[in-house]
Amino acid sequence: MTPLADLPLWAALVVAALVLLGAGLCLIGSVGLIRLTTFYQRVHAPTLGTTLGAGSILLASMLCFSLLESRPVLHEILIAAFVTVTTPVTLMLLVRAALYRDRIGEGSGEAPPPRSSSERKR
Amino acid sequence: MIQRWLPFPRMFACMLAMWLLLNQSLAPAHVLFGLLLAVYGSRLLVRLDMPNGAVRRPWAALRLSMLVLIDIIRSNIAVARIILRIGGRHKTAGFLEIPLTMRNPNGLATLACIITATPGTLWVDYDSSRGVLLMHVLDLIDEEQWIRIIKGRYERLLLEIFE
Repeated sequence: MTPLADLPLWAALVVAALVLLGAGLCLIGSVGLIRLTTFYQRVHAPTLGTTLGAGSILLASMLCFSLLESRPVLHEILIAAFVTVTTPVTLMLLVRAALYRDRIGEGSGEAPPPRSSSERKR
Repeated sequence: MIQRWLPFPRMFACMLAMWLLLNQSLAPAHVLFGLLLAVYGSRLLVRLDMPNGAVRRPWAALRLSMLVLIDIIRSNIAVARIILRIGGRHKTAGFLEIPLTMRNPNGLATLACIITATPGTLWVDYDSSRGVLLMHVLDLIDEEQWIRIIKGRYERLLLEIFE
């Protein structure tokens, strides 16, 4: 018998639904990496997994373990906070690198609009 | 005296909360060690020479986080539909320039995190000499609407909070 058998039925259903939703969003995000065509479009796809996808899985984890241990289990909040703060940094780094390559003419993707003032600076 | 020992009181509180949350306990030993860690950790920040930012209106900050939460859920659905090709209408992705009034570095960093964390919008570049933000949008229906969302919904509240 698994420890999960102690979980009341309603909670098991809610937890299962949340985990499936989160996993589904991560899957859709990964599918997006294949389906979307250019680099800048692809960067949008993984944010599904890191926002609502991760969020619902963490919510499910909090609910499940809070009920099993009959005390609030809250350290998932830390995971959410750190994921929210660090993912944009990674994505922005990737995008800035792509933009730089595009602007010096090495990129293969779509060219971002040229901007007069940054042109002058260089 | 307090300034010398605790130059960043809010960061100190956050670090202490983080330590207690990590250990899931309020036992004296954990509180004591957390205090030590938070005092030392927040004093390290002095060396980073961070732009000093006072968060002025906690109420506006709360409203902003609720707004962002709702928008993230909504755009998750929107982007999932685009990827799964539900809805028929052909989507055009593209770049978009938005002139910003905000100059506060903390406010801009927060806006960058919000825009990038929200599926479907992406912070690409910020030209500090002109104060213009270049962003990429997955579903560029009409530029005016995006400018209204960024300036009206987010920037207005961020200006209240940081400036």
